[in-house]
Amino acid sequence: MADLSVDIGGLKLKNPVMTASGTCGFGPEMEPFIDPSDLGALVVKGTTLKNRDGNPYPRMAETPSGMLNSVGLQNKGIDYFKEFTYPRIKKYNTSVIINVNGSTVEDYVELTEIINDLDGIDAIELNISCPNVKMGGMVFGTHLPAAEKVIKAVRKVCKKSMMVKLSPNVTSITDFAKLAEAEGADSISLINTLLGMAVDAKTRKPVLSTVTGGLSGPAIKPVALRMVWQVAAAVKIPVIGIGGIMNATDAAEFMIAGATAVQVGTAMFIEPTAAVDIVKGLDKYLDDYGFDKATDLISTLDKQ
Amino acid sequence: MRTEDFRLLKNKRITRDYFVMDIVADQPLPDIMPGQFVQLRVDNNRETFLRRPISVYDTDYARNTISLLIKEVGAGTRAMSQLSEGAVVNLVHPLGNSFTPGDRNSRSLLVGGGVGVAPMLMLGKYFKKSGLDFKFLLGYQSSEHVIQKERYEQYGEVLISTDDGTMGHKGLVTSHPGLLEGEYDRIYCCGPEIMMKKVAGIARSAGKFCEVSLENTMACGYGVCLCCVVETDRGNICTCTEGPVFNINELKWQI
Repeated sequence: MADLSVDIGGLKLKNPVMTASGTCGFGPEMEPFIDPSDLGALVVKGTTLKNRDGNPYPRMAETPSGMLNSVGLQNKGIDYFKEFTYPRIKKYNTSVIINVNGSTVEDYVELTEIINDLDGIDAIELNISCPNVKMGGMVFGTHLPAAEKVIKAVRKVCKKSMMVKLSPNVTSITDFAKLAEAEGADSISLINTLLGMAVDAKTRKPVLSTVTGGLSGPAIKPVALRMVWQVAAAVKIPVIGIGGIMNATDAAEFMIAGATAVQVGTAMFIEPTAAVDIVKGLDKYLDDYGFDKATDLISTLDKQ
Repeated sequence: MRTEDFRLLKNKRITRDYFVMDIVADQPLPDIMPGQFVQLRVDNNRETFLRRPISVYDTDYARNTISLLIKEVGAGTRAMSQLSEGAVVNLVHPLGNSFTPGDRNSRSLLVGGGVGVAPMLMLGKYFKKSGLDFKFLLGYQSSEHVIQKERYEQYGEVLISTDDGTMGHKGLVTSHPGLLEGEYDRIYCCGPEIMMKKVAGIARSAGKFCEVSLENTMACGYGVCLCCVVETDRGNICTCTEGPVFNINELKWQI
């Protein structure tokens, strides 16, 4: 039994395995399968100030070793969350993190201020990387001056630990990571989905109603690993690795590459117990390879 | 809802495109209602990443078995058709909602087309057990595509339409006199969307109750990926958890 606890910038987690935003709803949806309290942290579905109906169906295309989605941040808005979801999930015996989204800097700021008052929320994940919305989202995460503006403004008001979720759809992700660090992010999570598309050759139509969508799953794992490794070398704040993690070995690889913690996303759609299985598997991995503490595994890539 | 390993008892090809898988669990089955479905994992296949949603065709609580009627349409269903006896089949189940039965005096028409005939067997079985009056109306391309007619006949009268007239009424199921002139007050329908919309239109103009079962593409099956949404008067909602069965009045279909 290794010590699984990690610290992600002022927030201590009981273990390094979180669920990725948008893959476990708000938590209660997964209760038939797992106890969310077993997670290192629960990152809830991307939330906005107002209700969003998301993009039209179809929103999903299966691809080799992965899938594309263009959900478009469908959620009922922060007021609904506060009234109906929050009372239920604040009882979880783990950290709860809200993935924060907006179309404008003002949206992000207003939402962050509302979340400040929710004692049961431990951190925000500032999502500047959603590829499926016309306004905001990835626009902030792929343009340095825009990213600077939103991170600075949110940091100014945010009283909680602030994780910034980066887009891989940029030339140099380390520039965005360094910017987030300089603007006061407590941690960085990466990667959000890679922009992709699928075509139906029979009908010559796009599979997704939005034509393009975000690619996730094992197909993107090598890209994610490379970016986590680059970012971990470029910043001092903790890095949270995301991208195609299906099992404990995948999670260990991300930690070896420099991640302090990981998020399990698309795997939750196939194995609803995946994240909790990975907690157990990681514990076994650490035992098998003689690590007393999960933190001892971080950035141990042996390039010799 | 749970994840569970089943063992394949029998994998039987019944028509050119369709096969029936009987799978058995080690423990008692949970209650499974007509219209509900399972998410079946396809192992060791490099073309399939996600589970495949399959509606429950039949259950046998005495033997802990579930039967699945599957149409071979792509890599996932092809891989399933090739599984042999004893293979482990992992499910997340049971998923989704069920149909709404009428009262003692109700008369129902259970309309199925294509792989949509699957949930109608379970529904007919359930209606017979509940003493409700109903008929099946099932549509196929031709007589050689008709699926296990005798299995349906155990529970009620079966009306058939075939496109080429080799069995029953000639033409689409939506042109069957049983649908157009039959005496019933409730329609339950599952099949291709174009067929369900036509049936929904007939039900609406006749002022009859109508529920349809949708088969939107999905990733998870338990309401977290938000990919399988359908537009309703309550906004975009998940077909997997709020459906797959919907009253046509909830849907924003142009019918």
